[in-house]
Amino acid sequence: MLAFNFFGATEGGLFDINATLPLMAIQVVALTYILNSLFFKPVGNVVEKREKFVSNNIIEAKNKLSEVKKLEADLLTRLQSARTEAQRIVSEAENESDKLYKEALELANNEANASKEKARLEIESQTSAARDQLSKQADDLSELIVNRLILEK
Amino acid sequence: MFFNSLLTNFAALEVGQHLYWQIGNIRLHGQVFLTSWILLGALLVFISLGTKKMENDPKGLQNLLEFLWDYIRDLARTQIGEKVYRDWMPFIGTLFLFVFVSNWGGALIPWRLIKLPSGELGAPTADINTTIALALLVSLSYFYAGLSNKGWRYFEYYVHPTPIMLPFKILEDFTKPLSLSFRLFGNILADELVVGVLVFLVPLILPIPVMFLGLFTSAIQALIFATLAAYYIGEAVEEHH
Repeated sequence: MLAFNFFGATEGGLFDINATLPLMAIQVVALTYILNSLFFKPVGNVVEKREKFVSNNIIEAKNKLSEVKKLEADLLTRLQSARTEAQRIVSEAENESDKLYKEALELANNEANASKEKARLEIESQTSAARDQLSKQADDLSELIVNRLILEK
Repeated sequence: MFFNSLLTNFAALEVGQHLYWQIGNIRLHGQVFLTSWILLGALLVFISLGTKKMENDPKGLQNLLEFLWDYIRDLARTQIGEKVYRDWMPFIGTLFLFVFVSNWGGALIPWRLIKLPSGELGAPTADINTTIALALLVSLSYFYAGLSNKGWRYFEYYVHPTPIMLPFKILEDFTKPLSLSFRLFGNILADELVVGVLVFLVPLILPIPVMFLGLFTSAIQALIFATLAAYYIGEAVEEHH
């Protein structure tokens, strides 16, 4: 009936513990050393070297990025100052041209006023000359008329 | 009687039969060593092929081995802690690989086709000697880890957090290897027996899902064994304040 012979007494059985145990333990310890030199160390070296390489690259890239940001900020301030400078120059030029325009306008006004004054004076003198002549002619004419009238009488 | 004939038929599975090797006056289970040498040989060949030409840009096998290495490192690092995991990673990794290769080798390779004079080939982890050997190595390791890292202060662990814990912690030193060895042994042997009985009774289709379940169990058991071993070592080296 007991075909299994589970707890095998002397020979065999599932729980038959013998020298297999220590030898297997020695085998596993040996395997640990073999796998360490064959697998864990070399693969670990390669993987850790790569990890170091990658992290170094990341650090380098971060440094470069911060440098780029610094340069960008620097450029931005320079751009800003250039812009204000340009604005200043433009406004200065505007003021200058305004001033020149005003000066030219004043000069032109003065000149126009002067020539206007001159013309007025000339007109006045001519008017007075014409008036004198006219009154002289009127005098002559009146004298003539008077003489004629006297002669007819 | 039907029941009786079923039992005698079961006997054809040869449970608890061994191929004995006699060296001097010590006796060994030959089938365990045969399968373990074949499987470990295959593992070593696989690893040698994968690490033959290591490159910075991994290709093929090297990729797989690096994935495996990373997996084992994560396992060791999470359980043991950042400080000493490096010392124990090869041991934890060897336990994982040994148990995994043994379990899967036992489940995947049709060993029954090879006839032995006595007993039959199978997973080395289905033999109680193998699992006890592994469990005792784990016990030795965590004692060694604790003592070498903390000296006599290791025994503070037994009265931490209160001295009431002392008997339970001492009991744990016995239950740890016991549970480690019997869990692995029981799972793998049970899987082999279930598949064997099903193949014997219904040799078509029906055993296949059980075989897949067996592969799953085998992988899980390897992970559990390695994780628990790492956890015990981590517990021993942990500094409590």
